[in-house]
Amino acid sequence: MARSTAPLPPRRTLKDYLAYRGGEGMVAWAFHRISGVAVWAFVLLHVLDIYFVGGNPQAYNELLKIYASPAGRMMETLLGAALFYHALNGMRIVVMDFWPALTAYHRTLWRIVWVLFFAIGIPGAYIILKPIWEVVR
Amino acid sequence: MSERYSRVGRPRPTGSRADLRAWYAVRITALALFVLALAHFSMTHFVFDPADQTAEWIAQTRWNSVALRFLDWSMLVAVIIHAFLGMRTVAQDYVPARIRTVALFVLYLLAAGLLFIGTTVVLTLPLK
Repeated sequence: MARSTAPLPPRRTLKDYLAYRGGEGMVAWAFHRISGVAVWAFVLLHVLDIYFVGGNPQAYNELLKIYASPAGRMMETLLGAALFYHALNGMRIVVMDFWPALTAYHRTLWRIVWVLFFAIGIPGAYIILKPIWEVVR
Repeated sequence: MSERYSRVGRPRPTGSRADLRAWYAVRITALALFVLALAHFSMTHFVFDPADQTAEWIAQTRWNSVALRFLDWSMLVAVIIHAFLGMRTVAQDYVPARIRTVALFVLYLLAAGLLFIGTTVVLTLPLK
């Protein structure tokens, strides 16, 4: 088979990806999907770990030590961020799906999502991570 | 033909009845989970510290009433419907057509398994 003589597309660098101008709608969609898959993966783990509460309480208590460790708290903060973004942006999607006229304001709604995300998320992250500083002190 | 994607998210399906039902189910469970899942996360991370929530604490405090267990079981049902229908959409987007049926079957099997495991622990953990 003859090789294509078409020129190869230019190789993309990290800078190109960072300069991507897909628009808020595209980025909101990508974050929503990534956070959704992450929360789904945690749900798999969480249902199994809760099973141990009845099936093997000692194993559950051992697992709890991992959740309560500094690394576990960092992961829980990331989980909370994924859950909270997915929940807020999900409401943005539901609102626009059932009241399509609001689609015209999708950028404004996305900015509201981020304001709420940081306004509630930062104090929330502090509460989850606080025991780490207390141990360090 | 409707567009596959829009700025809104996934437009309401117009062809398949199963897709339309899934579309509504994802959104209705999303409304329930906005309250239930965020309340659950707040309860387990802000009101109580994860370090204190041992198996004994769950049996004696968190799940010491039928109402609280029913609330958590309702969340389990909503989260499984929502999460697995979401993953169905992801599979429809990315899994090659030749293995999509098998992938969806595995996904539904996993959902049924998790519902079974979650329901078992809610029903069988003795009330203290």
